Amino acid sequence: MNIHEYQAKEVFRQHGIPVPPGEVARTPEEAEKIAAKYGTGVVVKAQVHAGGRGKAGGVKLAATPKEAREAADKILGMEIKGLTVKVVLVSPAEDIEHEAYLGAIVDRSTGSVVLMASPEGGIDIEEVAAKTPELIYKETVDPRYGLLAHQASRLAYKLYAGDTSRARQAADIIQKLYASMLGAGASLLEINPLITTKSGELKAIDAKMNIDDNELFRRKEIAELRDTESEAEEEVEARAQGLTYIKLDGEVGCCVNGAGLAMATMDLVKYYGGEPANFLDIGGSSSPEKVVTALRIITSDPGVKSILFNIFGGITRCDDVANGIVEATGQIDLEVPITIRLTGTNEEEAVEILEAAGFSAMTDMDEAVQKSVELAKN
Amino acid sequence: MAIFADSSTRVVIQGITGRDGSFHTRQMIEYGTAVVAGVTPGKGGQLFGEKVPVFDTVEKAVQEEGANASVIYVPAAFAGSAICEAADSGVELVVCISEGIPVLDMLRATRYVADRGVRLIGPNCPGMISPGKAKLGIIPGQIVEEGPVGVVSRSGTLTYEVVWALTRAGLGQSSCIGIGGDPVIGTNFIDCLDAFENDPQTEGIVLIGEIGGTDEQNAARYIKEKMSKPVVGFVAGQTAPPGRRMGHAGAIISGSSGTAEEKISTFKENGVEVAERPIDMPDIVKRAMNG
Repeated sequence: MNIHEYQAKEVFRQHGIPVPPGEVARTPEEAEKIAAKYGTGVVVKAQVHAGGRGKAGGVKLAATPKEAREAADKILGMEIKGLTVKVVLVSPAEDIEHEAYLGAIVDRSTGSVVLMASPEGGIDIEEVAAKTPELIYKETVDPRYGLLAHQASRLAYKLYAGDTSRARQAADIIQKLYASMLGAGASLLEINPLITTKSGELKAIDAKMNIDDNELFRRKEIAELRDTESEAEEEVEARAQGLTYIKLDGEVGCCVNGAGLAMATMDLVKYYGGEPANFLDIGGSSSPEKVVTALRIITSDPGVKSILFNIFGGITRCDDVANGIVEATGQIDLEVPITIRLTGTNEEEAVEILEAAGFSAMTDMDEAVQKSVELAKN
Repeated sequence: MAIFADSSTRVVIQGITGRDGSFHTRQMIEYGTAVVAGVTPGKGGQLFGEKVPVFDTVEKAVQEEGANASVIYVPAAFAGSAICEAADSGVELVVCISEGIPVLDMLRATRYVADRGVRLIGPNCPGMISPGKAKLGIIPGQIVEEGPVGVVSRSGTLTYEVVWALTRAGLGQSSCIGIGGDPVIGTNFIDCLDAFENDPQTEGIVLIGEIGGTDEQNAARYIKEKMSKPVVGFVAGQTAPPGRRMGHAGAIISGSSGTAEEKISTFKENGVEVAERPIDMPDIVKRAMNG
């Protein structure tokens, strides 16, 4: 789960990382009021889950409250990478002397948290990694001991060699960044840029935070930060039912049990000349109710011209899925053809249930995918 | 032979009285696995299915029944700790089926297990099966057949699809290992490749990967450098969009890294043949094993 910059900054603030003040506005008038309150120049920033906000025109400086209103007026409603901006963050503008980068990620290959720092801040870290990898410094945290003080200090001195005042501030921020990661259950944190002001203070003026979805059950206050407005409605509904649904742009709606098989099914749709309309994993133990929800979500996408069920029964019982299909098609007017492939646990019962309801079922995955692609073209 | 588990494996089930645990324990016993004990704190002294003694702790199950492997079905909130308990109790192998475990818990658990020289398979995996010998997890027994092909995969049902295709084509399996779909796991592709290389029963290996991370790329280089037995690959997720978690927590393309394309080309550069479709797998494996 991604959270917005203003939410991530609040997490940082709670952990003692220096962050400039800021408030969110949903209208130009609110932005104007906030700017008037600060009585200084402000920066107005789009709050959307997309990178490259600056390049897209989603970050603007404003010298006066009136300019802040105008900036907010331009940014609110703007589309950035397909996402509509509904909220802006208004913060006092800072005097920037230098921009650095700080980050923390769960590194899969070492099975550890890795902290990263670079004096090349303010630009995408992947760009720095590609052009000047020698300017990215790293510390790997041993999960047995946590982040040790000397590691934070070593990283800080690499960032600000010869400048003990800034290195001490940075070491403190690095410790607090790691604490924020553990505190929020994050899998990625970035401060980009970490600025040095003209008076030599370090501040986090941007914040990015990805929360590990698996943490949400034990962190209610973080789970509440989810912005369902910025997600597709169907994805929100699917999640509520324990399904994973991701909308794509194709025409073959896919309903599959298991994530790997779901991806392989989408790839096969493409292989046979079609485009998948979605990723949908109905999970292991599939009750008929889940199938009903799945079918409702798939059919709500107007781009879907044909529906494909691909079920390999292991724990999932094919008869459960068959019952779900029959139940769902009783509730929903299916306007597009449906192709059903089932094999494995209780396959015979499933075929009987489907045939009694006027459906036919296939057992071969490739044949079923081919058929669903052809049907989508008619 | 087989890898990691065979007929000498004595299994304790953590979470044996739960809904999933009890269902799959019955299936494991039916398959012929030696399930010697169960663990559910607070239910020590009971019998599961009138035969299998239940204990409060894994240590007791090891002491009383000589369990040397554990299979975990406990909910995500307790699974990280269950893994550590198993590793601290004297079993050699821990298979964690549970999904949804916070990755920060897994960072500690994988280190804890490794420090004790214990093998962890999973989490968020279907477990493993050595056909005709032992099933530790949820891979359906009816789709496998004893034979010469080793299978290792990050997926569940996609593995079943490929294994079933192999079985129908007359290609039985030595062991099938589901290593799990999480970003931080215990046993990885290379551990399994190494074990298959040293297993006399295994003549060829099928490796099923997916988007996210660099495990497939590392495996590809390892195959070229260290493996004498043929390996055939498959990578799911060619149509997956970047930045989205495709069901498995680990199946995510970050920036431009971890794409199916990158993995497939790394396999090919290292001389590993890649099947375009799951159905193509049996023919390629046959050819590779005969070549």
